[in-house]
Amino acid sequence: MSQVVVDVVLKPEISDPQGQAVLGALGRLGHTGVRSVRQGKHFVLEVDGEPDEAELRQIAETLLANPVIEDVELHLPARTTD
Amino acid sequence: MRIGVITFPGSLDDVDAARAVRLAGAEPVSLWHGDHDLKDVDAVVLPGGFSYGDYLRAGAIAARSPLMADVVAAAHGGLPVLGICNGFQVLCEAGLLPGALTRNSHLHFRNRDQGLLVERADTAWTTSFEQGQRIVVPVKNGEGRYVAADADLDRLEGEGRVVVRYVDGNPNGSSRDIAGVTSADGRVVGLMPHPEHAVEALTGPSTDGLGFFTSVLTAMVAA
Repeated sequence: MSQVVVDVVLKPEISDPQGQAVLGALGRLGHTGVRSVRQGKHFVLEVDGEPDEAELRQIAETLLANPVIEDVELHLPARTTD
Repeated sequence: MRIGVITFPGSLDDVDAARAVRLAGAEPVSLWHGDHDLKDVDAVVLPGGFSYGDYLRAGAIAARSPLMADVVAAAHGGLPVLGICNGFQVLCEAGLLPGALTRNSHLHFRNRDQGLLVERADTAWTTSFEQGQRIVVPVKNGEGRYVAADADLDRLEGEGRVVVRYVDGNPNGSSRDIAGVTSADGRVVGLMPHPEHAVEALTGPSTDGLGFFTSVLTAMVAA
C-alpha cells in the first residue's frame, strides 16, 4: 500500500475570502508580518500497490479539484511500504 | 407535460420546485439521484439545498450521482434542464454549464429579495419574460459567487450566454453581476436565485418566478 497526497488551492486569480479572513485574524493577533493567506484542501489517499500516476492525476483533476477555479498538486510517495 | 424534480441527499427545495411546476400547469415527477431512471419526463429541475452537505465543493458529489449521468446524456440530446442554486452548482460541476460557484466574497450567507435583469428571453426556461425585463425573486446562498477565467467570461458575454444578471446590488460578489447562464443551445439554464420561491403572492415577494416554469411548457409545445 502507498500513500498519495493531493493539495488543492484556488487559482491565483480567484479571490479567496476565507484566506483573507484568516489574514485579518492574524493581524488582530499581532502577526503583522504575514502578508497573504491562501486556504486550500489537503487529501491523503491510501492506494493498493504501486500508485498509478495517470489514474491518480485523473482523480485529482476531475473530482478532488475543480480545474475551473482550482490548481492541484499531486505528491507521489518516494518509497512504498507493504 | 411531465417535469422531473431530482432529490439528492440534502436537497431542500425539491417540494417547492414541484409545487411551482404544478402551479405552472405541468405534472411534477419525483426523481431520485440514486436511480438510472428519468421516467420519460419532458424536462428536469435540479432544486436548491445542500446536497451531500456541500462536502468537497458545493454540488461536486451530486454531479457524480448515477442519475446525473442520464441527465447529462439527455441534456446533450436537447432535454431542457433548470438548475436552481445548488442545482446550478451541480450543473457547473457536471460540466453542463461553464464556470463555477464558490464562497461569497463577504463570507456571509445572503438571504433577501433580489432584483434581476432578464438578458435572454429565448432560452427554454425564459420565453415567458421580455428581454430587458426586471424581476424580483429571493436569493439565498453562501457559495453563490459565480467565477470563471476572464477570457471565459468574455467568451460567455460575447455568445450572449448570460441569462439573468443581478441589479440593485450584487448579493455575493459574482463576476460581472452574473446570476445565471445557459448552455450554447439555450436548453440548460442555471441560476443562483430561487424562482420557485416567487410563485404565489402569499409566500413570495412577487410571482415573477413562475415565468421560468411556464416558459418550458411553451418550449416543449414548440419543439
